[in-house]
Amino acid sequence: MSAAPSAYRPAIGRRRFVGRLGLAAFVALSLVALVALGALILQVLQQGGSVISRTFLSNPPSILEPETAGVYVAIIGTLWLIGITVLAAVPLGVGAAIWLEEYAPRNRLTRFIHLNISNLAGVPSIVYGLLGLAIFVRSLQMGRSVLAGGLTLALLVVPVIIIATREALAAVPPSIRHASLALGATRWQTIRHHVLPAALPGILTGVILSLSRAIGEAAPLILIGAVSYVAAPPGGSLAESVEAQGVFAGLREWLRAALSDGFTALPVQIYGWIGEPDEIFHALAAGGILVLLVVLFSMNAVAIGIRAWQQRHRHS
Amino acid sequence: MRRLGLRLRERGIELSLLACALVTILVTAGIIFVLLDECFGLTPGKVGFFQAVSISEFLTGTEWKPMIEPRSFGVLPLVSGTLMVAFGALLVALPIGLATSIFLSEYAPPWLRQIFKPVLELLAGVPTVVYGYFALTFITPYLIRGIFPDVQIFNALSAAVVVGIMIVPTVCSLCDDAFRAVPRSLREAAYGLAATKLEVSTRVVLPAALSGVIAAVLLAFSRAIGETMAVALAAGMTPHLSLNPLTSIQTMTGYIVQVVGGDAPAGSLEYQTIFAVGLSLFAMTFIVNVVAQRIFARFREAYE
Repeated sequence: MSAAPSAYRPAIGRRRFVGRLGLAAFVALSLVALVALGALILQVLQQGGSVISRTFLSNPPSILEPETAGVYVAIIGTLWLIGITVLAAVPLGVGAAIWLEEYAPRNRLTRFIHLNISNLAGVPSIVYGLLGLAIFVRSLQMGRSVLAGGLTLALLVVPVIIIATREALAAVPPSIRHASLALGATRWQTIRHHVLPAALPGILTGVILSLSRAIGEAAPLILIGAVSYVAAPPGGSLAESVEAQGVFAGLREWLRAALSDGFTALPVQIYGWIGEPDEIFHALAAGGILVLLVVLFSMNAVAIGIRAWQQRHRHS
Repeated sequence: MRRLGLRLRERGIELSLLACALVTILVTAGIIFVLLDECFGLTPGKVGFFQAVSISEFLTGTEWKPMIEPRSFGVLPLVSGTLMVAFGALLVALPIGLATSIFLSEYAPPWLRQIFKPVLELLAGVPTVVYGYFALTFITPYLIRGIFPDVQIFNALSAAVVVGIMIVPTVCSLCDDAFRAVPRSLREAAYGLAATKLEVSTRVVLPAALSGVIAAVLLAFSRAIGETMAVALAAGMTPHLSLNPLTSIQTMTGYIVQVVGGDAPAGSLEYQTIFAVGLSLFAMTFIVNVVAQRIFARFREAYE
């Protein structure tokens, strides 16, 4: 009497071999991302490295004399946008996140707000541009100004800030809140003096990353009406304005003019240059990209640094 | 008295924080209102786009010529261009993103993860206009022309490749989360049955995380649909109905940027086309996002 033929065929050698092939494929595909990033950086360096100079950083863009064109106006425009975005988006985003994480009751409204925020985070940036164009530029009559641009970018990054801040707040252990409340602190005192300081590094990281997203956005700004060739930064020269009208009046006039002037920003400037057929503009575009990437990568580095610092301190 | 002041202050702070949260609803309402208003004329005295052009012409017309007489407003060429780029991008991003995240979550030692993660974050942080530049000056001339030497400088394929690279970080980080949510016990049971690492990864972890992976893919897809600058630069500006990725096409986002870059006067039909196209774009991304979030929510419940 013989045993039934066994179905046990481990074929371990073949399976190990397939396993190795699989690993090789995973590693190869993983390297594609690294190679792409490397190729991108090399390409930008190779085309744009030669245009980087002090005059490139301090000259306005010029379509007639591309040899002396620079990114000064675009850099100042980007700084204005970021300033306005920070002022508008950070209080709004952090405030909303605090309410959702610390106050919100579990009801329909809260669920709806949650759902709404995750949907907003998925709305394409160009749609925010349409919103800004119809509301800020036309209905509120801000015109094609840096103020309209900054507010549009603010709306764009608010969901990102909210999501990051909520994560940071949720990571603060409840025991800290309980201890503070048990000692008689009010809810806000607890948040203000204990929860927020503990969550600050996380919030900061989220804010930096969301701002780095805002800095790179071109599409909504083009919709708002940012153009590629602007001769002077918003408001013109502050020094001249102060000299002509005295400190306070000059400052006020300059601010008013700055907020309503036409503007450009680094990514918009780069887009304009890429669109020119002449090869020299592509070098300028690469130079602009280099400046933009240096700014963005340093912001990323700061964010990563904060996160690393925080992790080390949490473990100790 | 002091108690009362304190309580009023507490209440005031809570209400202003609530107001911040409510602003987000206002933003959504604003987006929907603006789009519908230009399309259907909600405010009194406004003539909407769809009062001049019929919805059926817009949705089924196969020619998009909003500026040149005789005009025609069929959105299909823009939709097909958008979908071609988005699907092409998924074909690029899915193998790379999935392989990278499996490698990082199942194989890589922690130190390698710590190198890879920031690189992916940098890749995610590169502005899309830079990807457009990369497509025009590197991918088309060196990669695509290496295989198809006489392809046009603007073509859908380069847009698809570059958007694919762009969404790799999205696919990666979401899939990575999904894989890490799979309980260790599942893996250990499989190892106990003498499965190899590849078998554990592809036959245990991947199926267990499948709904998370699908949601990740959908979110990446919706990003690809909404992507503007890279596509506007790489794919060109010729809307036509075609499935040939080697020709120049136009996407919905590309069209919007092009019109605004010219000067369509406010209130004109050209000006309103961008809101009609914007509404279609918003609807498409919204549906994909909602489906993805549903799947995500179910996936999270399964392992909590």
